[in-house]
Amino acid sequence: MNYIITAKDLCLWYGQFQALKSITMDIPENRITAFIGPSGCGKSTFLKTLNRMNDLVPGVRITGDVRFHEENIFDKSVDVNELRRDIGMVFQKPNPFPMSIYDNIAYGPRTHGITNKSQLDCIVEQALKDAAIWDEVKDRLKKNALGLSGGQQQRLCIARALAVQPQVLLMDEPTSALDPISTSRIEELTLELKKKYSIVIVTHNMQQAVRISDHTAFFLLGELVEFGKTEDLFSQPKEKRTEDYITGRFG
Amino acid sequence: MHTSAKRKAYITLMRVLMWVSTALTAALVLFLLGYVLWNGLPNITWELLSTKPSYITDRIGILPDILNTLYVVLATLVFVVPLGVGAAVYLTEYASNKRIVGVIEYAAETLSGIPSIIYGLVGMLLFSNNMGTCLMAGSLTLVIMNLPTIMRTTQESLKTVPQSYREGAFGLGAGKWRVIRTVVLPNCIDGVITGCILTVGRILGESAALLFTAGLAHAVNGIVDGLASPGATLTVALYVYAKEEGEFGIAFAIAAILMVLTILINLAATLVGKYYNNRRNV
Repeated sequence: MNYIITAKDLCLWYGQFQALKSITMDIPENRITAFIGPSGCGKSTFLKTLNRMNDLVPGVRITGDVRFHEENIFDKSVDVNELRRDIGMVFQKPNPFPMSIYDNIAYGPRTHGITNKSQLDCIVEQALKDAAIWDEVKDRLKKNALGLSGGQQQRLCIARALAVQPQVLLMDEPTSALDPISTSRIEELTLELKKKYSIVIVTHNMQQAVRISDHTAFFLLGELVEFGKTEDLFSQPKEKRTEDYITGRFG
Repeated sequence: MHTSAKRKAYITLMRVLMWVSTALTAALVLFLLGYVLWNGLPNITWELLSTKPSYITDRIGILPDILNTLYVVLATLVFVVPLGVGAAVYLTEYASNKRIVGVIEYAAETLSGIPSIIYGLVGMLLFSNNMGTCLMAGSLTLVIMNLPTIMRTTQESLKTVPQSYREGAFGLGAGKWRVIRTVVLPNCIDGVITGCILTVGRILGESAALLFTAGLAHAVNGIVDGLASPGATLTVALYVYAKEEGEFGIAFAIAAILMVLTILINLAATLVGKYYNNRRNV
């Protein structure tokens, strides 16, 4: 198996508080990797480190390294904007921009210098199709994206992320704000997307991890407790703490 | 349980007192408005609006004052908007030293509470002494005076742009300036426009700062010559006609015009706010 992102001895502090403790982990290519763990365990922090979204938080300090295609993402020569183009992100709450559906999807490509109208049309259509929302919005591309339902908005945000042709898609609890039907549509979509993309998903919902992920990582208090194939981790956890968590004894 | 008679009387009394305060407040506003319009409107004639004053024909016209007001408003906005918005964007989006930002915000807040006559004094020494008494000197004084308003209103509206929009754009690989230009600023344009409208209102109402710096002349000029020469705006002209020439009819006419303009400006500010609110909640 190929690994697309590898983290080694990654530690992260918010001011005095150490949020990640020496995380070492290889994220496989074209698979779905789920991060589980109780609130405040560092899973979202780790996710946001992978495309350096943590740079936006004041007072963050990081040691160790994260390699994307063998290249250290913290290296001075790395253009963080290009890194984020290659490693896209979908957020917990759907956050479409208050502009038209078309402009939302075209935002990324335009950012990276594509201005040709027909080329943009093509990218927008493909991204919306890949995110399984094309049929619902194809007649209202010029309408404001905020008029869509929550589930549609989230698929729009996925389409927006896909439009810059990333290699990795980071999803931070993408269904926690959605109803069960929208949730299952996003889960189906995720399974479809792993053919083309490597996906990392943070989830609070262990059933969701079981349903869609190939590998699962369990975090607790900033440590990576256990990481393995999803079926192994849930059926025969090696660590007592993992077992306690997945059997609902705490969390 | 029944409410006791005493308690009932107390409730009635309080209600009557509140009603009286409300009625008094409303009556004062309506009286002032009515009084000014009653005394002013009959004196507004086309001749007054379209001519300049002449001692030879003993005629009074306020066209120059209207034009001067317009020039001062334009000249002030041209400087104060870019400066204020630029400063607000820097302080809110870029500056990392929160302590210095706090000090600057505090200073700006204090600055907007200073009596305008002090701005006039400073403007006179700073601008009029160097470039002569002219509308431009008045405008520059008003720039200093209104800079905090524009800056603070823009800052406040920058802060209302949800962080999730910024994150979304950063997550797509957009650089800081692109995020600000394409996502943040378009979403706080209403705050900027509201700030501008409030500033126009303040300029229309300002007299003390201009008395010192812009002069009292009533000559009809184009905008370039106008800004370079001394001139009275409507409020200053009101002062001059009432206090120095005893022309109370004219003064009230100007007062009525200013009052109507103020109402229109407040209306515009409300409408702009509503328009953008509606657009946001599609």
